[in-house]
Amino acid sequence: MSATAENYRGYNFAYLDEQTKRMIRRAILKAIAIPGYQVPFASREMPMPYGWGTGGVQVTAAILGPDDILKVIDQGADDTTNAVSIRQFFEKTAGVQTTTETGKATIIQTRHRIPEATLQDHQVLVYQVPIPEPLRFLEPRETETRTMHALAEYGLMHVKLYEDIAQHGHIAKTYDYPVLVAERYVMAPSPIPKFDNPKMHQSGALQLFGAGREKRIYAIPPHTEVVSLDFEDHPFEPTKFTEPCALCGALDSYLDEVITDDKGGRMFVCSDTHHCESRRAEGHVGALGTPITPVTEAAE
Amino acid sequence: MTIAQGFAEPVREQQRTFRAVMDALSRPTAPTPYSSSLGKAGPLQANAYAIALTLLDFEVSYHLAPSLAEAERHLTFQTGSRRVNDAGQAQFAFIDLRHDPLDLAAYAQGEPDYPDRSTTVVALCDGAPESKKLVCRGPGIAASSTLSVPGLPADFVDQWQANGTRAPLGIDLLFVMPEAIIGLPRSTRIFGEAR
Repeated sequence: MSATAENYRGYNFAYLDEQTKRMIRRAILKAIAIPGYQVPFASREMPMPYGWGTGGVQVTAAILGPDDILKVIDQGADDTTNAVSIRQFFEKTAGVQTTTETGKATIIQTRHRIPEATLQDHQVLVYQVPIPEPLRFLEPRETETRTMHALAEYGLMHVKLYEDIAQHGHIAKTYDYPVLVAERYVMAPSPIPKFDNPKMHQSGALQLFGAGREKRIYAIPPHTEVVSLDFEDHPFEPTKFTEPCALCGALDSYLDEVITDDKGGRMFVCSDTHHCESRRAEGHVGALGTPITPVTEAAE
Repeated sequence: MTIAQGFAEPVREQQRTFRAVMDALSRPTAPTPYSSSLGKAGPLQANAYAIALTLLDFEVSYHLAPSLAEAERHLTFQTGSRRVNDAGQAQFAFIDLRHDPLDLAAYAQGEPDYPDRSTTVVALCDGAPESKKLVCRGPGIAASSTLSVPGLPADFVDQWQANGTRAPLGIDLLFVMPEAIIGLPRSTRIFGEAR
C-alpha cells in the first residue's frame, strides 16, 4: 500500500469494508452470468450524495486492486468536478495510480460517455447509472417491470418508439437509448448519447453498471451482442455531426457545444478530452485551434 | 483438529481472487491463471478454499458434496457462512468432480423474477491435460472457443444443454484447478465436440 493510503488509516482499502465488497462482488458475478439483468444489491451510503456516482463508485471499489490504473471521466472529460473528485477519492482511499490516458487505464469509471478509443480486453468500464430500469417511465411499478423482464415482454418499449415516429417522424430518444443485450434483456445503457451505443456491441472490455440510489448492478460481458432497438423501416442511426471538432478537427468523435460569447458565438469540441488532446499532440488542428508543440523531455 | 489458516492479507488476496473469478466468468472457457497463497482446507483444495473465503459470509449459505463434507468446520469458522444440506437452498456449492456425481438440476435455479437467486457451483478438478474439447459460444466469447476440463461426467453436455433451456435461469459453474479457474456461466452454449 502506498504512503497516501497509509495516511488514511482507519479506512479500509478503497473505502468500503470487506463485507460490503463481498456482497457487491457476488452481485457482479451474477450480473456477468445474466447479461443485461439488473441484480439488486444492498447499496451503501457513500461520502457523496446520490446522483454523484455512488453506484459506480461502489462497483469500482469492489473490483479495484492496488495494481490497477484508474481513469475517471464525466461526460468524456477528465477535468470536470465529478471526475476529479472521484479520482481523488480513490487516490486517497486506495492509493492507486490514476491516469487520463484511455489506453493506459485498467479500470475506467464513466459518467455518460464511452471513450472514443476502442477499449481493449484487459479493461473494465464502470458506468454510473441514475435510472437502471429502461421501462420505468412507461411502467412505474417495480413489481410490473420485473414481470415484464421475466416474460421478455418488451412490446411497451416498441410502442413508445413507434409513438415517437408517429409524432416526430423519427425515434426522438437521443441518450439512454434502450438496447437488447445477448438477445434477452432490454437494458438502459445509462445516459450515454446514442452516438456511443454501437461501441457497446462486441466490445473487448467488460462493462459494469452501478446504480447506487436504485440499488442495481448489471453487466455486459466482453464480446457480447448489444443491439439498439429499432424498426426495419426506421433503423437505429447514431448521431452524426456536420462539422468537425473546432480544436482538433476530428470528424468521428462526439462533440459538445461551447458558448464563446453573448452574441451567439459558439464552437463544437470533442467531449472526450483525452481523445482531443492526443489528436492535437499528433499535429491535428481544427478551425479554431492553435497548433501545440508536443512537450518533449528537452523542452521541460 | 486444527482449522485451516485464512489469508495472511485478506483485503489484498480477496481482491486478487475475486478478479480471477470475475475474469473467468466474463471470459467463459478461457483458463484464468490463479494460484492461491493458502493451503488445503481438509478435502477442499487451496484455490477452491480461496474462492470460499472471498465470496462466503453470514449472508449466504453453501452446500458441500459428500466427498467435501470435512471442509465444513473450516468454512464455517473462517467465513461465518451456513452449510445447508439441501443443494436447492444454497447460493454456493462445492463439489469434487473426481469423487462426486454432478447433478445440475438439484441446485437452486433462480426464479423468473430473480434469476440471480441461483447456485454458483464451484467444481474441483485436477490439472491433468484433457484432450476432449467442447465447442462453446455465448456472451464473453469472441466467435467461438473450446472448453477443456478434465473429469467431466459423461452426461455433462446433456446436463448443460438442459441448463441452457432454463435460461435466463440456471446455475453458473466455476471449474477450479490447482493453477487456473475456468468459468462457465449459464449464458454459454455447448455445440458438441471439436474435431
